[in-house]
Amino acid sequence: MRLTLTATLLALIGAPLWADSWDDTLAAAKGQTVYWNAWGGDSRTNDFIAWVDREVSEKYGVHVEQVKLSDTAEAVTRVLAEKSAGQTEGGSVDLIWINGANFLSMKEQGLLHGPFLENLPNAAFLDLNPGSAAVTDFTVPTEGYESPWRLAKFVYSYDSARVDEPPRSAAALLDWAKTNPGRFTHPAVQNFMGATFLKQALIELTPDASVLQSEASDDSFSTATEPLWTWYDALRPNLWRGGETFPENESVLNQMLNDGEVDLTMAFDPAAAAAAVEKGLLPDTVRTYGPAAGSIGNISFVAIPFNAAHREGAEVVANFLLDPATQARAQDIGILGSYTVLDMTKLDETQRAAFADLPVSPALPMEADLGPTLVEPHPSWMVRIAEEWARRYTK
Amino acid sequence: MTGGEGRGLRLSVLAAVALGFVAPILAGLAETARVALGFDAGLSSDAVPLAALAALPGVGKSIALTLWTGVASTLLAFFLAFELMMWIGGARRATSWLAPLLAAPHAALAIGFAFLIAPSGWIARALSPWATGWSLPPDIATVHDPLGIALILGLTVKELPFLALVMLASIGSLPVARLVATGRALGHGRRAAWYWLVLPALYPALRLPVYAVLSFSLSVVDMAIILGPSNPPTLAVAMTRWFQSADLQLFAPAAFAALLLGLLVALTIFGWHLGERLVAAHARRRLARGWRALRAPWLGALAPSAAGGLVAAGLMALLSLIVWSFAWRWSFPHALPERWSLALWGDTRSGWVHVLAETALIGAGATLLSLILAILWLEGETRGRFGRARWATALIYLPLLMPQLAFLFGLNVVFLKAGIGGDRTAVLWAHAIFTFPYVMLTLTEAWHRLDPRLFHSAASLGAGPWRRFLTVRLPCLLGPILTAAAIGFAVSVAQYLPTLFIGSGRVTTLTTEAVTLSSGGDRRVAGMYASLQALMPLAAYGLALVLPVLLWKNRQGLLGRG
Amino acid sequence: MLSLKHVCICPVGSAEPLFPPLSFEVGAGEVVTIMGPSGIGKSTLLDFIGGHLGRNFIGLGTVSLDGLDVTHRPAEARGIGVLFQDALLFPHLSVGQNLAFGLGPAPRDRAARRQAIEEALETAGLAGFADRDPATLSGGQRARVALMRALLARPKALLLDEPFSRLDETLRAEIRSFVFDHIRRQGVPTLLATHEAADAEAAGGPVYRLAARPQGTE
Repeated sequence: MRLTLTATLLALIGAPLWADSWDDTLAAAKGQTVYWNAWGGDSRTNDFIAWVDREVSEKYGVHVEQVKLSDTAEAVTRVLAEKSAGQTEGGSVDLIWINGANFLSMKEQGLLHGPFLENLPNAAFLDLNPGSAAVTDFTVPTEGYESPWRLAKFVYSYDSARVDEPPRSAAALLDWAKTNPGRFTHPAVQNFMGATFLKQALIELTPDASVLQSEASDDSFSTATEPLWTWYDALRPNLWRGGETFPENESVLNQMLNDGEVDLTMAFDPAAAAAAVEKGLLPDTVRTYGPAAGSIGNISFVAIPFNAAHREGAEVVANFLLDPATQARAQDIGILGSYTVLDMTKLDETQRAAFADLPVSPALPMEADLGPTLVEPHPSWMVRIAEEWARRYTK
Repeated sequence: MTGGEGRGLRLSVLAAVALGFVAPILAGLAETARVALGFDAGLSSDAVPLAALAALPGVGKSIALTLWTGVASTLLAFFLAFELMMWIGGARRATSWLAPLLAAPHAALAIGFAFLIAPSGWIARALSPWATGWSLPPDIATVHDPLGIALILGLTVKELPFLALVMLASIGSLPVARLVATGRALGHGRRAAWYWLVLPALYPALRLPVYAVLSFSLSVVDMAIILGPSNPPTLAVAMTRWFQSADLQLFAPAAFAALLLGLLVALTIFGWHLGERLVAAHARRRLARGWRALRAPWLGALAPSAAGGLVAAGLMALLSLIVWSFAWRWSFPHALPERWSLALWGDTRSGWVHVLAETALIGAGATLLSLILAILWLEGETRGRFGRARWATALIYLPLLMPQLAFLFGLNVVFLKAGIGGDRTAVLWAHAIFTFPYVMLTLTEAWHRLDPRLFHSAASLGAGPWRRFLTVRLPCLLGPILTAAAIGFAVSVAQYLPTLFIGSGRVTTLTTEAVTLSSGGDRRVAGMYASLQALMPLAAYGLALVLPVLLWKNRQGLLGRG
Repeated sequence: MLSLKHVCICPVGSAEPLFPPLSFEVGAGEVVTIMGPSGIGKSTLLDFIGGHLGRNFIGLGTVSLDGLDVTHRPAEARGIGVLFQDALLFPHLSVGQNLAFGLGPAPRDRAARRQAIEEALETAGLAGFADRDPATLSGGQRARVALMRALLARPKALLLDEPFSRLDETLRAEIRSFVFDHIRRQGVPTLLATHEAADAEAAGGPVYRLAARPQGTE
């Protein structure tokens, strides 16, 4: 907590204190190539990163190269392999798009560089109060070891040409699946999105959601998840392919909605469907909504490995991602459609105006369709849910 | 006679191959074993790796799936390739249909094949709704099916052309027509003559390629991700996932599973070898008793059409990739895209040009390296005037028989320790480990087909060893050398795991891009990368065919030889 | 003069020579014939003399040229030419380039090389064929080019390995006399291996018969 406090104090005092060291960082970063390890399955994100490269190349002389991962854990493994090979400098990973279990794992293994968030001038636009979403990753305080860049919130999308009234709760989903067997599924539970689907159901079904905020124990886990498994046992036979096999991730699920193999998809990004319609990947009859009782929300971060070869360049990129103009561009559904992580009250008039002018789309949910944001359970829940699911349903 | 002729050459090539290709494999294997057996402090795990592995859900089923898909696809590919050979009677020209399939990397073919046979795929789209009545795709598991049928078929489509081509190459040196005629004169049917007389003569030359196919099919990752069962997946896929999992407790069991896979491959090859002997002994006994069976007419009708059907499916799969890359919207049940677009190809900023160039560079480098080593190796053998020892053969084909995963993880660590991982050069080197055996395999046959008296003539005219090599050997082998280069290039383009592991993810080729994109939701981009991936080796084959024709258009003697 | 002393050849791993030891001499312009059924080892003997023996055979005895022992020299340093039954012109070279290959690097002057080749072609009755693809020649033409190529290398001896067996009856006599005429004219000691009595007769020199196994009374 002390570090976050320092960061807050620094933010209050203002720029001059870090000006010198930031200039040093900028100078050292010039000419560096930052290897940004980011999931490569989403071409909008890839295009956005390519745009970041052009911008920071021009502004700061920092080149960004995206290392496209099919799973963020690949980058964790790579850093780990380097550590086990004794490579404490000049590592191949400079920046990782990360959150949740991967972050916790790296932080616990001492694989991260930091704290660095306090060094970034644009951190002044964040709400750095302890417990705020921008400095908390799945209930774990980030302590300056990662920097936020995009907001995510769990939503469902459906094709309004085929479905009139989609289910808005876990209980309703079960009924809907029973009347429409084979028309719904979720991504594999090893995948982040699949696990999030189960977590969302857990929050809705568990008798006391507050226990989810602390680390799971054997006892609390079995009590809290019992209704989840009862519900899932009833749901599974009605899933696509009888719940025997699952799409690898949400992109594949999107494709299945587009192909007409299922009627619902899910995303951790309220603008994902709208952007997919724009790109021709979903029919324009797709609509998006959040569960009525609210849905899980979290923020995606970037972190820098302890042995990153281009640490300064990575910090420059992290700072650039927090720039209000960058954030406004990211929120444009034609570009990325990611909601901003900034505290709008800390922005001035012109900075706010950029957000107000963004285009809209019918596939973009209205504020009323989204419902309240629910906090993520402690990461141990996600790990345990994935393990328990595998134990129960993989034979 | 001067027995030491070319000894220096032989020794240097052997040293280069042993140190450059074989030593990294062994070092990687040792490193994997070290992690697997829990000797790595950085990856400490409390549990015994074997117990930890056994406790992972679905491991038993993963192993069973691996054996089933690997053995079934190899058997099917072998059987159908032989039937195809029989059907076309060893005619070389007919095999030009196989070239695109041979050239297409596994991942590209799998992506296209998955789309072809999916419930919402091309076949279903072409027949819906007018023939099937489906306005929405049916809920049938045709891809990722729990029994792995889609994976078996996909592997068969890919390996059938390879085996057919190997058969074709060996059939050239057999008096097939006479063997078949003899068999028929003795009262056997045509099919029986092929199976009882041609196959036994052919098989020794097929043994190694078949083992390589078997080893590959048991340990394939990219195709199994795209087509295979997912819950649980095959052992190789499960292991790759554990390696890449955020949960570090899975690391040692994953390394252990890598070794286990190596053992499985060894045991399966051994089992196959026993099978060969049993079948041969059985057939000899039956033949000795005057058996005339194997006339089954249904086999005669079914097998060639199954082989032809699979080849056609493979070609359609590749075609579908190209169609997708020009599509904007293409939804079920339209047989063709509703809206076409050049947006993807036109957007050169998205990086496909860069990836294409990187792939070409690595492929060309790895091919050149293997080609030089292979040619020098063969020249060394020629100068020493002896055939290849068994250990040398084993050395060359080691990378083909060894499952890649078992040593790639360890090799990655070794490279990192030496500070050479993660760049183009390291990837190029890793690719060369796998292109060399293929180049060697292709070139050896052509090399020995050249009449040795050609070189006796040259020597008797006063040409020394280097002049014979440069002015007679190389020009006469231009065609085969280019073919070997094209095969090497295709092998390099197809490499997935070596690029992923040794490149530390920093080196992006068309294959890593296509596999990554195949797990994304955009078939159009995946289609573009996969078709590029398939077209590149095809272009190399095209060049290998056209160049000799252009250069030797006035030299019938070289073209007739093929 | 080509001379063989106690030459015999054993397959590796066998103490049985292919034929009993041979010793004889071939004088300038003389054609000595080795006769025997196919598979007896005629070609192997020629391989030994020419320096082309494979690893699967061991050769014993000495081969000398004009009194100089060449047994341990590599083939290209012996100066012994070979003619095979298929003529074996280099398929990637034109007829002229094939002849130039035999010429070696000796005459550096372009015009001199050209002239030598033209003359050789004319001798073979193939004037103007320099740029032709060897694959387009007839069997007889090929045989003549092969002989010219061998003679251009100015060999100290020549080995003929069944050179006429692929030619049809009418052509054979013609090519045979063409070959022997030129050999005699250039005075090259020549060893002919054949299984045709007519070849041996036309050669006109001594005939040695190889028989299987050195057992018996021979």
